[in-house]
Amino acid sequence: MEHLQILIVLIPLLCAPICVLLPGGRLPWALATLAAWTTLVLALLLLGRIESEGVLSYALGNWAPPIGIEYRLDYANGLVQLLLATVASVVLPYSYRSARREIDNDRQPGFYAALMLLFAGLMGITATGDAFNVFVFLEISSLSTYALLALGRDRRALTSAFRYLIMGTVGATFFLIGVGLLYAMTGTLNMADLAERLPAVAGTRTMDTAVAFLVVGICLKLALFPLHLWLPNAYTYAPSAVTAMVAAISTKVMVYVLIRFLYTVLGADYSFGQLPLAQVLMVLAVIGMLTASAVALNQPNAKRLLAYSSIAQVGYMVLGLSLASTLGLTASLLHMFNHGLIKGALFLALGCVFFRVGSTDVERLRGLGRAMPWTMAAFVAGGLSLIGVPLTVGFVSKWYLVLAALDQGWWALVIAILISSLLSVAYIWRLVEIAYFQPSPSRDITREAPLALLIPTWILVLANFWFGIDTRLTVGVAEQAAAALLGVGP
Amino acid sequence: MSGQLALALCLLVPALGGVAIVVLGRKPNLREAATLTTAIALFACVLSVLRDVAAGDWQRLVLAEPLPGLQLALQPEPLGILFALVASGLWIVTTVYSIGYMRAKREQHQTRFYLCFAIALMGAMGVAFAANLLTLFVFYEVLTLSTYPLVSHAGDRRAMEGARTYLGILLGTSIGLLLPAIIWTYQLSGTLEFTPGGVLSGNTTPLEATLLLAMFVLGIGKAAVMPVHRWLPAAMVAPTPVSALLHAVAVVKAGVFSVIKVVIYIFGIDYMSTIPAERILVYVAGFTVIAASIVALRQDNIKRMLAYSTISQLSYIVLAALVLTPLAEIGAAVHIVAHAFGKITLFFTAGAIYVAAAKTQVSQLNGIGFRMPWTMAAFAVGALSMIGVPPTAGFVSKWYMIAGAFQNDLYVVMVVLTLSTGLNAAYFLPVIHRAFFRAEDQPPRVEHGEAPWPMVAALVLTASLTLLFFVFNGPVVDLEKVIVDLP
Repeated sequence: MEHLQILIVLIPLLCAPICVLLPGGRLPWALATLAAWTTLVLALLLLGRIESEGVLSYALGNWAPPIGIEYRLDYANGLVQLLLATVASVVLPYSYRSARREIDNDRQPGFYAALMLLFAGLMGITATGDAFNVFVFLEISSLSTYALLALGRDRRALTSAFRYLIMGTVGATFFLIGVGLLYAMTGTLNMADLAERLPAVAGTRTMDTAVAFLVVGICLKLALFPLHLWLPNAYTYAPSAVTAMVAAISTKVMVYVLIRFLYTVLGADYSFGQLPLAQVLMVLAVIGMLTASAVALNQPNAKRLLAYSSIAQVGYMVLGLSLASTLGLTASLLHMFNHGLIKGALFLALGCVFFRVGSTDVERLRGLGRAMPWTMAAFVAGGLSLIGVPLTVGFVSKWYLVLAALDQGWWALVIAILISSLLSVAYIWRLVEIAYFQPSPSRDITREAPLALLIPTWILVLANFWFGIDTRLTVGVAEQAAAALLGVGP
Repeated sequence: MSGQLALALCLLVPALGGVAIVVLGRKPNLREAATLTTAIALFACVLSVLRDVAAGDWQRLVLAEPLPGLQLALQPEPLGILFALVASGLWIVTTVYSIGYMRAKREQHQTRFYLCFAIALMGAMGVAFAANLLTLFVFYEVLTLSTYPLVSHAGDRRAMEGARTYLGILLGTSIGLLLPAIIWTYQLSGTLEFTPGGVLSGNTTPLEATLLLAMFVLGIGKAAVMPVHRWLPAAMVAPTPVSALLHAVAVVKAGVFSVIKVVIYIFGIDYMSTIPAERILVYVAGFTVIAASIVALRQDNIKRMLAYSTISQLSYIVLAALVLTPLAEIGAAVHIVAHAFGKITLFFTAGAIYVAAAKTQVSQLNGIGFRMPWTMAAFAVGALSMIGVPPTAGFVSKWYMIAGAFQNDLYVVMVVLTLSTGLNAAYFLPVIHRAFFRAEDQPPRVEHGEAPWPMVAALVLTASLTLLFFVFNGPVVDLEKVIVDLP
């Protein structure tokens, strides 16, 4: 049982090379799907063990930490692992039909291998308790993302992947420099160990530099305004399944990394008490929320529109964590999980549209409310969740975020959140109006998407409502995680 | 039937009716039969809730608990039952009327029309029985979203623009003002439950309370207090049955109903009277009453005139609720019923004139009373009720409002009521005069008599209700006395 912690990373990692060796598209797909489902079971088992045993620690290769690499699991990364596994378990079954349409046959094994590597990389980042190990998995996930983004049929996919390659490498390098400086100051890479030794060297210029590199590097990867420029193109031109996967989980994992470094490694007192990080992050988050939502209003492409919306939503998460309170951190963790479900559902619905229509241009959505009722209903439901209508997950996280802001008397933040919500109403409504109330331009009949795509889409949509109504699991875990991260809980 | 089951059915029946309407979409006769059955069944459910309540069974029904301590729950109470009875009862009449209207006009997308109507009624029921602000908010938004396709029904540019204004203002105010007000209330008092006596007393400073009250009154855009009234004239692009049931009864009454609920159960009448700036809102509502009447005076389009009349009448209710005396609260509740009967009659007649004679302007109505005697007689009854003349329903509520204002020595309210009575007479009486006492200036393009019989039957029925309510208002007043603890 104690090996579960490493298995959840190893299974997808080992599946990747096997996928390449398998012929055709069906077998690699079956293997990858099986691997994703297994990790979902493992994630649930691990969450159960955290509940009964508290923080789990696993020494890799039996080398005792802090010399060896330690895998350390508490509620915070348990929640992220659950999100990763859930999204992957839904997106992979979906990817079969979608990838057959969008990706050449001979590239299919490679596609699934890259997808598995991405998944393993993200899993690894969340599983590990070692700062350098984070970098290793970060590179694994990044490299596979570059490859996956470049697989899009549109030739612009190549330039967007290249741009992300450059920005992503800068981000990862910054992160590595930060970790290197921390190592130089303390002589350790284990996060728990770092947390113990850092207060002794706090306030030195090396330390400040290290924090600067770390935060900028991580924020580049999580697309915090103004480091978000790589994201819209990357999301727009990638294959549907890839967009869904990357949008739902990649940036969330980086938010987790930011939380882990600011709260566990550096400690909330240092990052928010001695350094002006709260102010910096808060201002950037608010600007990002407002400008990205406003830019989303006029996008000609639905995927691109949602990409800008993602940038705005990242703003919510960073805003929550920058409040440095239990409520704020709860809101941030909750929104991380909830937004994964929201964006996953929305991008899967757009994937259904792309499957039949061959484009996600806003103009091409005309009349789809009639032609593809189930797809568009899923999109509307996801959109409601994005706006934050009660009974959806979006409402739950926004509720906590607003409460957190009110708790500290930040009225301006509440207004900013509301304006951003109103903007999201406007951009979602624009699509709804086009899909439902404008006649389709031509006589050709677009059929409803196949069940193989619809079922996964609707599973995520229903999850949006399930976790919006029964919040015991998500809110419970997020609250405990927040308490533990701030060191006030058990 | 147990109280909880009846409550659940109030939501389930319209939902299932909606499913039936979609399934039977290709068979118009069956589809309309399904709508009518649903409407009758819903009315029966509400009656059943009323019977349970009369027997002392105030059951609460918890639908879900999304956040700890925050429930989605239904709880019958007198005001809500009254609103639910009016909305569901008039739905039956409106259904009969719409069958005549939609068939005579050969409208497109009739299945969507009846479906959205059913969902809107579900939203209205949810608002009526909401046990707390969160539930109220959820169903308030259901009502907003489900009526959008009805407003934009015609699908042309004018309809789309009107519908966009409609949605923009209603969603904008509810998310921008109402929702923050709700969250703030929760943060201040730790609960959102509608509690007799209010929950805010002792938890707020006067300044906070004033701000919060303003956010509620303006955030509940459906009450159409100026300056958030523009959506109502914009909604007049909708087919007339929609204007009649939704924009004279269900949607707008959901708005004023929510305002009254907030005043009575969130602030509490006693606490409200200690808020110094509360009077400002009395003036805002009073201004709306007068200003909307003056605008109505200048309208030539019948439906737009009626829309501004509605804005004015809604602010009567808000005004009465803010007078904060028991009799005025009863007046507010009674006016929900009285105005509903009168205004739905007026809209029905406007639709009948449009269908039979293809006329939409007041100036075209010369001598029409001789061609459509039933319709125009009904119009006269509705108009008299708006003015508040006996023997119509409007007189009853105005009586209670003035009595309530006397209790509190609020002479401003009396001036407003008197002035607006004069203004109402000034724009309604000329219409009656034109219809009955002027000769037709030119013969109509097509010879016409009355509109199709279902429409005439519906409007005669609502006109009769307007008259009958003058005599038989006892049960309603008794029901509402419970909320203000009057014997």
